[in-house]
Amino acid sequence: MGKITGAQAIIKCLQEEGVKTLFGYPGGAVIDLYDALMDSDIDNVLVRHEQGAVHAADAFSRVTGEVGVALLTSGPGATNGVTGIATAYMDSIPMVVLTGQVPRHLIGNDAFQEVDIVGITRPCTKHNYLVSNKEDIVPVLREAFYIARTGRPGPVLVDLPKDLVASLVSYPEKKPIRMQNYQPTYEPHIGQITKACKLIMKARKPVLYVGGGVILSDASHELTKLATRLNIPVTMTLMGLGGFPGTHELSLGMLGMHGSYTANMAVAQSDLLIAVGARFDDRVTGKLEEFASNAKIVHIDIDPTSISKNVSVDVPIVADCKYALQAMNKYFDAETNFDIKEEAARHQPWFDTIKEWRQEHPMRFHDDDIIIKPQYVIQKLEELTGGDAIITTEVGQNQMWAAQYYRFDKPRHFVTSGGLGTMGFGLPAAIGAQMAFPNKTVIDVAGDGSIQMNIQELATAKQQGLPVKVAILNNNYLGMVRQWQELFYNKRYASTVMEVAPDFVELAKAFGAVGLRATKKSEVEGVIKEALATDNIVVMDFNINREEGVYPMVPAGKANTEMLLV
Amino acid sequence: MKSHTISVLLQNKPGVLSRVTGLFSGRGYNIESLCVAETLEPGISCLTLVSRGDDSIIEQITKQLHKLIDVIKVTDISEKEYVEREMVLIRVKAESTTRAEVLRVIDIFRGKVVDVSAKSYAVEVTGPASKIQAVIDILRPIGIKEIIRTGTIAMARADKKK
Repeated sequence: MGKITGAQAIIKCLQEEGVKTLFGYPGGAVIDLYDALMDSDIDNVLVRHEQGAVHAADAFSRVTGEVGVALLTSGPGATNGVTGIATAYMDSIPMVVLTGQVPRHLIGNDAFQEVDIVGITRPCTKHNYLVSNKEDIVPVLREAFYIARTGRPGPVLVDLPKDLVASLVSYPEKKPIRMQNYQPTYEPHIGQITKACKLIMKARKPVLYVGGGVILSDASHELTKLATRLNIPVTMTLMGLGGFPGTHELSLGMLGMHGSYTANMAVAQSDLLIAVGARFDDRVTGKLEEFASNAKIVHIDIDPTSISKNVSVDVPIVADCKYALQAMNKYFDAETNFDIKEEAARHQPWFDTIKEWRQEHPMRFHDDDIIIKPQYVIQKLEELTGGDAIITTEVGQNQMWAAQYYRFDKPRHFVTSGGLGTMGFGLPAAIGAQMAFPNKTVIDVAGDGSIQMNIQELATAKQQGLPVKVAILNNNYLGMVRQWQELFYNKRYASTVMEVAPDFVELAKAFGAVGLRATKKSEVEGVIKEALATDNIVVMDFNINREEGVYPMVPAGKANTEMLLV
Repeated sequence: MKSHTISVLLQNKPGVLSRVTGLFSGRGYNIESLCVAETLEPGISCLTLVSRGDDSIIEQITKQLHKLIDVIKVTDISEKEYVEREMVLIRVKAESTTRAEVLRVIDIFRGKVVDVSAKSYAVEVTGPASKIQAVIDILRPIGIKEIIRTGTIAMARADKKK
């Protein structure tokens, strides 16, 4: 095969890797790439800010399971993407970010729009590359995709000097990738699986604690099988929501700082905690010494560094969650001395206790006949979408209410920035999700503070014809910080009052979208129905109770059993 | 908090050392010494690193190092029998009254003089970190002007049974 330009080779390689959509923003350093893109069938989504491109690529990956791709220019284009990259890194999202770089002879000279993006993103990428040889372009790109999607997934950045992209290169044949230094463990150690299963059979108060790893490894089916056949209650982290059906009787909902009373009590009193693809985040564990302090702990994770990082684990299982759960199911299939009904019966007192907790302290809020309660809005969203929408969120109270009151039955339907807690994530994420599934209902649950961080992306949605819906839970506050100030800072609302905010209805119109407002409870349903029936982008401005809080809440540093309730 | 000597085989590529040191600074671990140079195999370097921490910290350090894509192998060699060496260059005052004393000390430590001036010797000593520290402590009262230490390199001892 003859020579082609570096840019053409990159686009060809993207197609070979199955990329159909990328998100980006052009600039001098990537102009050749954008030119080559015009001759391909890859959809290019022109965003309004590079942060939006990376979040959209990230969400595209979260809902499809494929590698998301963002294309940014050098210098400020690349640095604007850093928050998005760090967001994906914290949540282990497979992504490849291509950045343009100044020509090689200018690197290190403080050239126009030059920045050491490889240096900047070293701590927040799974791996990154500065390509320094034109014949390395394609092999590096293939390696980048391989690293992004294998093992514990994560973002990989490839920095491409402009002179290489413009030069003529040969296109190497695709070969299986073998890296001496990178060999993730997928299959569990069978001895450890046996140990874990024996612990399960001995346990009287077991709990499955499930994180985002279950969704990333598409292990929901295996998890549901294990939980239901053995009657083990399941609690999920924020990232794990949808990994197990939220409406299932065995679902305890979310645990941790804003988790349900039932979930936190069950974990605290369990005698066996089976952690699957979860990493014992501080927002989940609360005071570490009192987290599942009476339980033996089994921990399944593909990343050995996650195991025994925060808590000491009795049975560590380094493996892909799906394979580990399959192996456990297989163990129980083969176990002839095992009677499933007997096992369920042994758990009955445990279920009775759980049922009591649930009855005493269900997820609840004080509803109002007139004032709009945010929890009510979320409940209505679930009801009117049949629980089938893809919900993206911003970060803060809006995110927690969405997590608490929309019961996700399916994986990859809740798209949220868990680890980094990135405000401004939800709208570009909704765009990424809607690009992946044009026919699904995609709703960004937002706060009035967060939405203002990337609201310019309404223009991106408009240009792409994506009918995303934005539900702003508007309290004219940075609500989560305000809640902390109310509880722990003597109501000194330092810089959390959003005194000036745009008129979101008018602003929506300015972007060519539809703006709707609800100021009292009776208007909520009508607004949501109208939004769902509209083909266009809709911004719903719900003027909610200003001082509403997120409850239950575990104050920082306290044990999860010391929840503040409504 | 025990001192651990960790040997790391890694790809010799630009930025790799920065990934290693970034990992330590980013996670609040301390590096007491670090030595790196190419191995027999071109393109692969060996890095010897000394750090201090309890078992869980050292476990995290080795796991995190292993997680770096450019890292091939991580061994905590202080868990095994091993030999360690460090080299130091010391410029020490050596005037007519102390020249003989300096030479005597250097001889005891099996060091050698590598540079001479009217008022000083530069000497080279190799050995485990404890020996290096001992020679520095002994020469200090005579008057050390400058020292340069390489940091520790270490190698596991061969299995004697085979």
